[in-house]
Amino acid sequence: MLKTYTYPRFNYAPSAEQRNGVVRRHPVVIVGAGPIGLTAGLDCAARGIHAVVLDDNDTVSIGSRAVCHAKRPLEIWDRLGCGDRMVEKGVSWNVGKVFFRDRLSYQFDLLPETGHKMPAMINLQQYYLEEYMIDELRGRNQVALRWKHKVISLRQEADHVVLTVETPDGVFVMEADWVIACDGANSDVRKMVGGEFTGHFFQDRFLIADVVMKAEYPTERWFWFDPPFHPGQSALLHRQADDVWRIDFQLGRDADVTEEKKPERIIPRVRAMLGDNREFELEWASVYQFACRRIDKFSYDRVLFAGDAAHQVSPFGARGANTGVQDIDNLIWKLKLVMDGAAPLALLDTYDEERAFAADDNLMNSTRSTDFISPKSTASRRYRDAVMELAEDNAFARPLVNSGRLSRPTPYVRSSLNTPDEDSFSGRMSPGTNCDDAPIARDGAEGWFLNTLGQGFTVLTFGAAPARKVASGRIGAAVLSVGEDLTDHRSVLAERYDGQPGTTYLIRPDQHVAARWRSFNAAKIERALARAVNA
Amino acid sequence: MELQTAAYIPDPDGFYEELIDSQRNMSNEEAALMNCKLVLILANHIGDRAVLREVLRCAGGQTR
Repeated sequence: MLKTYTYPRFNYAPSAEQRNGVVRRHPVVIVGAGPIGLTAGLDCAARGIHAVVLDDNDTVSIGSRAVCHAKRPLEIWDRLGCGDRMVEKGVSWNVGKVFFRDRLSYQFDLLPETGHKMPAMINLQQYYLEEYMIDELRGRNQVALRWKHKVISLRQEADHVVLTVETPDGVFVMEADWVIACDGANSDVRKMVGGEFTGHFFQDRFLIADVVMKAEYPTERWFWFDPPFHPGQSALLHRQADDVWRIDFQLGRDADVTEEKKPERIIPRVRAMLGDNREFELEWASVYQFACRRIDKFSYDRVLFAGDAAHQVSPFGARGANTGVQDIDNLIWKLKLVMDGAAPLALLDTYDEERAFAADDNLMNSTRSTDFISPKSTASRRYRDAVMELAEDNAFARPLVNSGRLSRPTPYVRSSLNTPDEDSFSGRMSPGTNCDDAPIARDGAEGWFLNTLGQGFTVLTFGAAPARKVASGRIGAAVLSVGEDLTDHRSVLAERYDGQPGTTYLIRPDQHVAARWRSFNAAKIERALARAVNA
Repeated sequence: MELQTAAYIPDPDGFYEELIDSQRNMSNEEAALMNCKLVLILANHIGDRAVLREVLRCAGGQTR
């Protein structure tokens, strides 16, 4: 049925350990080769961890699924070597229009701040995203991808995990020091460890359809409440790469899932929406219900959960894959330091602390959007309609319109790894926040600030630093001096970081601020470094 | 700012009449929608979240 994309088939190969019947202990086993598992594989490779990624299938995502990818995940993928390719293929957009019934209610502009390497948002089908990451992993010897490998049981021992895995050649046993479960909302691994997965389950059913058409519509996000072509419900139109358009229809609570999936039901809906006789082809469609819920704890001994396996949100706001990628960004550097014995095991407790905090932020936003888009009672629907009617002529009502609040990183403002400020600063870069990018120059060439950060801790100094390196125990931080190692030729970095001369930041391996001061004090940096690894 | 609960509206009977009259020709559903708009417009005019929470409580709503 798919007209624009040919699904690659990845060859299943029996592993030597299965063939020889010898149980091998792996440092890390990643379950699931979706966007989160593949990101985990790439981050393990970037940090020198040997890992095996298992997937029960042998191709990429069927259908476009996760479509909108926000700046922060793009920055993470850029650190992992495949961000440029995604941006090049993806479609960038800034304007969103919200319609109520037959009228434009209002429009917003993401107004992306200039001076960032990555755009605010791109739309790219999940199959491309996965394909690019799989291509990138091929060049990394530390990480092996194994297709048609399904985990059927799991047992935790004192210092490792025993996995029983089924392949076309039968069943065999693997051991892992650590398991990262990225096996999606219906995670089998979560069931195997007895993880609780609780929250709200929504009754409304939604249809997603990918349609191929040549259309001169601007590259904008169009959202309708109660449109004439789909009365009483909502609809969304969004452009993806290759002239593929994503269409979402809210179907209500009583929709018949089997019926609604049939092309003869979908095509008239799409035709009514487009309102003309334009040619289009239906590529893929799915009917879904969603939930907003999360796992009770992100780690069960040596099994760590990430992505939808750990938290599930409604699709409004693109908070699923985007936040899952940030789980991995938070996890892998911690895991590496613990595996190396450079940081205490307790560092991994902060994975749950920081990412459960972020998951709750996402769940709150996602639940609020859902309550606006599909009100649960006549009274709440009336408020929704009142907001929509007021929004057209009254600026005050527009911020109340919630057609999805687009994914933004959650700063870890209350993290125990932060060293609280003792000096005063202006701007956004408080401890726990992800570092803003900025244009810089290095060795006479234009570049980007985030690209100059290495895979470890960094001490960023505005002006010359009295040392090239700071260390606490086995944790080192390389000094990066603005003025010596790089030039802030447009003064954007100093503006964003309130970088008066002498200002010093300690930046974590995941590019989040751990601490900052108005002057370089090695003893203070060492203490903050110890705190940032929970030592 | 605190929620003003002392009588504050000049000519209370006149205001009440005006309020009822404003919905005289509406169906129940139209009036209910207008009431929602009234709440939103007045809430924005107040703006202060603590006062708004007090308003919700005062009206008998469940508050956090």
